Amino acid sequence: MKTFQASILGAVALAIAFSAQAQDDRAKAIAMMKRDFHAKGIAGLDRLDQDGVQLLCNRSDNNPPKPIAERLQQDQLETIEYPADGKFMGDWKAGEKIAERGRGMTWKDKIGKTSRNEPNGGSCYNCHQIGPNQPSFGNIGNSLRNFGKIRGYGPEVQKYVYGKIYNAKAFNLCSKMPRFGYTATLTEAQIKDLVALLLDPNSPVNK
Amino acid sequence: MSSIKLRAVVALSGVALVCAAYAQQTEAAAPKKPAAHAGKAAHKNTAAADFEKFHELMEEDSPAELFEARGKELWKAKRGPKHVSLEKCDLGLGPGVLKGAYVRMPRYFADANQMMDAERRIVYCMVTLQGFNEKDLAKKPFSNGSYTPVPVDLVTYVAGQSRGMKIAVPQSNAKEREAYNIGREIFYYRAGPYDFSCATCHSEDGKRIRMQDLPNLASKAGAVRGFQGWPGYRMTGGLMHTLQWRMNDCFRQQRFPEPGYASETIADLLTYMGVNANGHLYKGPGIKR
Repeated sequence: MKTFQASILGAVALAIAFSAQAQDDRAKAIAMMKRDFHAKGIAGLDRLDQDGVQLLCNRSDNNPPKPIAERLQQDQLETIEYPADGKFMGDWKAGEKIAERGRGMTWKDKIGKTSRNEPNGGSCYNCHQIGPNQPSFGNIGNSLRNFGKIRGYGPEVQKYVYGKIYNAKAFNLCSKMPRFGYTATLTEAQIKDLVALLLDPNSPVNK
Repeated sequence: MSSIKLRAVVALSGVALVCAAYAQQTEAAAPKKPAAHAGKAAHKNTAAADFEKFHELMEEDSPAELFEARGKELWKAKRGPKHVSLEKCDLGLGPGVLKGAYVRMPRYFADANQMMDAERRIVYCMVTLQGFNEKDLAKKPFSNGSYTPVPVDLVTYVAGQSRGMKIAVPQSNAKEREAYNIGREIFYYRAGPYDFSCATCHSEDGKRIRMQDLPNLASKAGAVRGFQGWPGYRMTGGLMHTLQWRMNDCFRQQRFPEPGYASETIADLLTYMGVNANGHLYKGPGIKR
């Protein structure tokens, strides 16, 4: 609800800054997509509806006015459900597999599972360098090599990494990184395994 | 026609030879167990070399020509409920004019009052001239292991008629300029469970997903890479695909719902990319990895 209010605030503030022409093109583009797309499998038409974060980032070319961004970011922070047991670390070996897997959430996949009945992947290697044994990595995100070695292994860092994977927009509103926990793409256990991949001293990431 | 066919057959038998040679090497290498490690490395190198040869052969005599040849036959054949050919289909330069039509689309077509990319226009002609049902054509519009849809062959043929020509997607009227602007909005539209837009992956230079380079489609050089090589014969799976398929599969990976086949949304998106690529030479239907 808060998110919604803030998004309206953002939209109004930004609307003033944009030309009527651009708004017209945007409105036409959205109407056209809503007419031309159809639901398929788990990918319903509601996926075309923007939430407050998407809308604000979209309209500001991913560079929203600071006061609005801070407010929305706070809303996103409040969405994060930290583990009830207070433990952030899972199994780094399982984490490696989740980081490798890029499947899930497309119209070919199922709810919470890929078309091959595997749990959804985190697609981490698509964008990040992570472990030393996987030379095939993308570069849309920053390198996570030696993550724990560089930033430390303590509970504060663990909590940060858990939150970042759960909802990246809580830390950088217009980040390109998906909100894996918020959207239920990954489970709590899977996110813990990914935290361990980055922060277990025995993980190859820190070797 | 027969010369194209012959060249394609020669190319394919060349490929078969390379494959046969590769298979022989694999067999020959197998019994030498003690030198397994060294053998494996050498095997890897010959495999890489063979693949290079294979790719060169493919480039020289692209399998796209087979699809072009079939598309040409389909273009001239009397087909559909009305039993007429597509020879009167106007691709923007007048009925039946194919030379340079592909590199000048998407464009605005007054008869349909629509923006149309090559495939959308060809589907339009199949419906209006030949009497095909648009919904039937949209049912299974993409190549798979067992078949190549007719519009794919036709688009490949039409695209081949623009080989070596400059990309010149028109912006000569208000509709075409508006399509570019709407296409741009679609390109930057962030939504879905992953918050992705096309731009998330395709608006910066030097970015990759895994090892796959991502063209920056907002730049001229990147947009050319997006336009170039389509329709393309994909080595992965050995299927011919058009830009309609490329856009569809991008939206799938963007975690969006499915865009309509040959829809205005795709036409406008392709207008955005095409105009960004204007001025560069189009090399014709190609090969994709």
